[in-house]
Amino acid sequence: MRTKTNPLYYILFIAFFAILLPAGYLSGFLSVNTISVWGRYFCFAIAALGIDLIWGYTGILSMCQAFFFCLGSYGIAMHLLLKKTVAAGAVLPDFMAWNKIETLPFFWQPFHSFGWSLVLCLLIPALFAFVVGFVLFRSRIKGVYMAIITQALTLAMWLIFLRNETNLGGTNGLTDFNTILGYNLSSSSVKLGLYMISFAVLCAAYFACYYITHSKFGKVLQAIRDSESRISYAAYKVVDYKLAVFVVAALLAAVGGMLYLPQTGIITPGRMDVKASVEMVMWVALGGRGNLKGAVLGALLVNFLYSICTSLFPDSWLFILGFLFVITVLYFDKGFMGLVESIRQRLANTRFKTPQTTL
Amino acid sequence: MLLNVNNLSVSFGGVHALNLDHFSLRDKELRVIIGPNGAGKSTFLDIICGKTKADKGEITFNGKPILGKTEVKIAEAGIGRKFQKPSVFPGLTVYDNLLLAAKMKKDIFSSLFFKATPALAERIHAVATKLSLTTAMYKMAGDLSHGQKQWLEIAIVVLQDPTLMLIDEPAAGMSDEETEKTGALLLELSKAHSIIVIEHDMKFVEQIANELVTVLVRGKRLMEGTFAEVKNDQRVIDCYLGRTNAQLETL
Ligand SMILES: Nc1ncnc2c1ncn2[C@@H]1O[C@H](COP(=O)(O)OP(=O)(O)OP(=O)(O)O)[C@@H](O)[C@H]1O
Ligand SMILES: [Mg+2]
Repeated sequence: MRTKTNPLYYILFIAFFAILLPAGYLSGFLSVNTISVWGRYFCFAIAALGIDLIWGYTGILSMCQAFFFCLGSYGIAMHLLLKKTVAAGAVLPDFMAWNKIETLPFFWQPFHSFGWSLVLCLLIPALFAFVVGFVLFRSRIKGVYMAIITQALTLAMWLIFLRNETNLGGTNGLTDFNTILGYNLSSSSVKLGLYMISFAVLCAAYFACYYITHSKFGKVLQAIRDSESRISYAAYKVVDYKLAVFVVAALLAAVGGMLYLPQTGIITPGRMDVKASVEMVMWVALGGRGNLKGAVLGALLVNFLYSICTSLFPDSWLFILGFLFVITVLYFDKGFMGLVESIRQRLANTRFKTPQTTL
Repeated sequence: MLLNVNNLSVSFGGVHALNLDHFSLRDKELRVIIGPNGAGKSTFLDIICGKTKADKGEITFNGKPILGKTEVKIAEAGIGRKFQKPSVFPGLTVYDNLLLAAKMKKDIFSSLFFKATPALAERIHAVATKLSLTTAMYKMAGDLSHGQKQWLEIAIVVLQDPTLMLIDEPAAGMSDEETEKTGALLLELSKAHSIIVIEHDMKFVEQIANELVTVLVRGKRLMEGTFAEVKNDQRVIDCYLGRTNAQLETL
């Protein structure tokens, strides 16, 4: 049974990231890079919330969340790059000039405007999810087939983005930005600002997902996960529900991607390769699927662990991640949050139960 | 007639599972369907509720054809189904199972902004009381006993408030006492709903079959009559003969 969370945990979480870390930076204990790194993890956590909605709650394993994440990142990247180009008095971003392109491709045009960029960063992933979802859910594709098809789709998109002819920078991706809305991206205060914005968006996304999963809508999602065929005999249109949650998950991934870009300063197709899309699902699996806190903690902890591991034992990260994943699947099927929960229950049992081993 | 079925047939891989010339049901009638294993009883209900597509034939419900409609459309038209293998939502509490079933708007926005009214909560509790589920209200449905799952699924159908209830083997896995109680409940429900019940337990059939009993054998309608007529019909006895003696003895 789901237990109610003590508000203290939320307060601790918010206090740690919204007060303690920034204070640590302002008083000189932490470098601005540490701040920026955590800001990026928040973006992953936002995308992880979407994965938890579609996979953890609804039972649909979507492997194209990394692609939606990239759509958000690329959109903002295009805008930043155009701003820089115009400021330098040029018409075309450098890489296009090198590729001997003469006019700006039509799909770059709307990204001159910040407002349009924001709209398109959300609209394109949402539309994409809607169309893909409509086709797949209508033809009642489920389970492992769903995972394979969405993974294949991501792979196809990855290949398209790799090509120079796509005019999105190919393998090198888009990089080398100066400013966002006139603020210098390399300045520390802008980095801190982006960190705070990402954290605020993460909190907002969490509470939105909390509302969704605790509403009757969320219960229908769980019912779809448990027994998809049964729920339609209770007059629920399964396709509508799946489509809605798929679009919401795509939007969350895109929002994560949009905030991620100005903090890393680069986006390449590598963010949506097979490894990246599997890794995103792993955050949620390790954190605890079907549990929003698990998704957030999973994304934060796995990435934190990644940063430690890459400096301590480079090259071994995938083995460590794989090992953790196997352990989780075998022993803690509810992930980190499930582990915490069972430890807490065991403690409570030993404390309150009268010993029964006296005989 | 509330439900009219003509020349309905379906086969799975060349085997005729159902070949029903005619079947009809009055409004507020309680009909029992019996027949040996594999007779096509569940398949018949599967076709009515849209789970299985028929090869040919026609079914009208309330005067409107329902063959080929989606499960949701059929459910909306007022047909509720309890499956042979109890199918509830194991990861939700009993209360949530009932909440999802209850008759209301079921589109995504209504669900997202749904607020439980006291009247609805009261109705859910009333149905739960009738089916002895009150003490299990906040248990996960997956943790219930087999008998309780059967009752939960009946409660789900009751809360949907359909015109026609399709109840597949409600007494399977229940104790005599529970079976008796289920029978009494179905009789009470039949005052306000039309019901088709499939059952093997002859004592149970005797309890609830105040009206007609339909006998299906190898996908065909063998006969239709009162319980006494069916019980004494030589063809019915023959088709149960050599299958399970237990069933024959209770007949
Ligand atoms: N989806 C299916 N695919 C293939 N064969 C099926 C399918 N559903 C049912 N059958 C076959 O159709 C026949 C009728 O099955 P049905 O489940 O309707 O019988 P039943 O009368 O409900 O039997 P029981 O009393 O055992 O529940 C059986 O031979 C069964 O094996
Ligand atoms: Mg059956």
